[in-house]
Amino acid sequence: MIDRVDLWAVIILLGVGSFALRFMFLGLIGDRVMPEWVLRHLRYTAVAVLPGLVAPLVVWPAATDGVFDAPRLIAALTTVLVGLIARNVVAAIVAGGTSLYLSLFLLG
Amino acid sequence: MTTKTIKSVYWQGVRDAAPFILVVVPFALLFGVVATEAGLKVIETMAFSTMVFAGAAQFTALQLLTENAPTAIALITALSVNLRMAMYSAALTPHLGKAGLKQRVLAAFFMADQSYACSVLAFENNPDWSIDCKMAYFFGTITAISPFWCAFTLVGALVGTAIPASFALDFAVPITFLAMVAPMLRTAAHVAAALVSITVSLLFAFLPFSLGLIVAGFAGMMAGAQVELIATRREADI
Repeated sequence: MIDRVDLWAVIILLGVGSFALRFMFLGLIGDRVMPEWVLRHLRYTAVAVLPGLVAPLVVWPAATDGVFDAPRLIAALTTVLVGLIARNVVAAIVAGGTSLYLSLFLLG
Repeated sequence: MTTKTIKSVYWQGVRDAAPFILVVVPFALLFGVVATEAGLKVIETMAFSTMVFAGAAQFTALQLLTENAPTAIALITALSVNLRMAMYSAALTPHLGKAGLKQRVLAAFFMADQSYACSVLAFENNPDWSIDCKMAYFFGTITAISPFWCAFTLVGALVGTAIPASFALDFAVPITFLAMVAPMLRTAAHVAAALVSITVSLLFAFLPFSLGLIVAGFAGMMAGAQVELIATRREADI
């Protein structure tokens, strides 16, 4: 059982901390112009962070206790491939979900 | 810019973010279910989703709390998962930084992967938008998603353990994020950033507190910026 004081401490401090992270630049820098080299790096934030976040979840899924799982890799690759070709988020999600259930059914 | 245009840009934001409801719903449901399984009361689960408003960080904190990790470790790890929000905040600043303080506070509070991804793409495609238009679009993406996040956390918390593991809801998160990223891979620089990020993240996965992700994020951004520099120079030479 999670300690109640610990739980509420984490909820409140995580709420405050998350807001601080989100507000950091938007609030403090505001309308000051950032140098070009900073902007050049910022253009790649999403493509640099999200794949890194997902990669371990694909290779070592938590649902299989970190053991490599073929259906999940197939689903991940299908999602990326359809996303690249169709340039459409929903198409990629539907394709990824379908391939996950299909390969879990066939291989799992 | 007329009010009519601002209104239409707001609704464009709502429409562009609406598909993400498909992924926010299972993600929120899952959080509600997992939190209930971990012994959280409905009010505690809802406090998590409304005050923190960041799925990946909430899952991380909850996971560590159930493993009886020290409170400080649970907090620091969850915050480091959310460090990407600071990068989003920085990336949105050139677009939204001129808005009033109240708007920036609200925009910051509701900032999420989906609203960031939609907005950056829309702002790049519409460089002529005014600051009011950009804010309207951003709030459009938020209003499409956030009510569903809170409502379905509640449903998940009430339904509790009724969703079987065979639904593989754990993989809703990776599929969503990959589906968001793939259409963004428009140039060699974007592809380089993504590939470097994946490689570094896997190589540094042994680092504690999700620090591998932070290293991967910086490495990916540097790779993207370098490839962009090389590409622009080559264009200039021709």
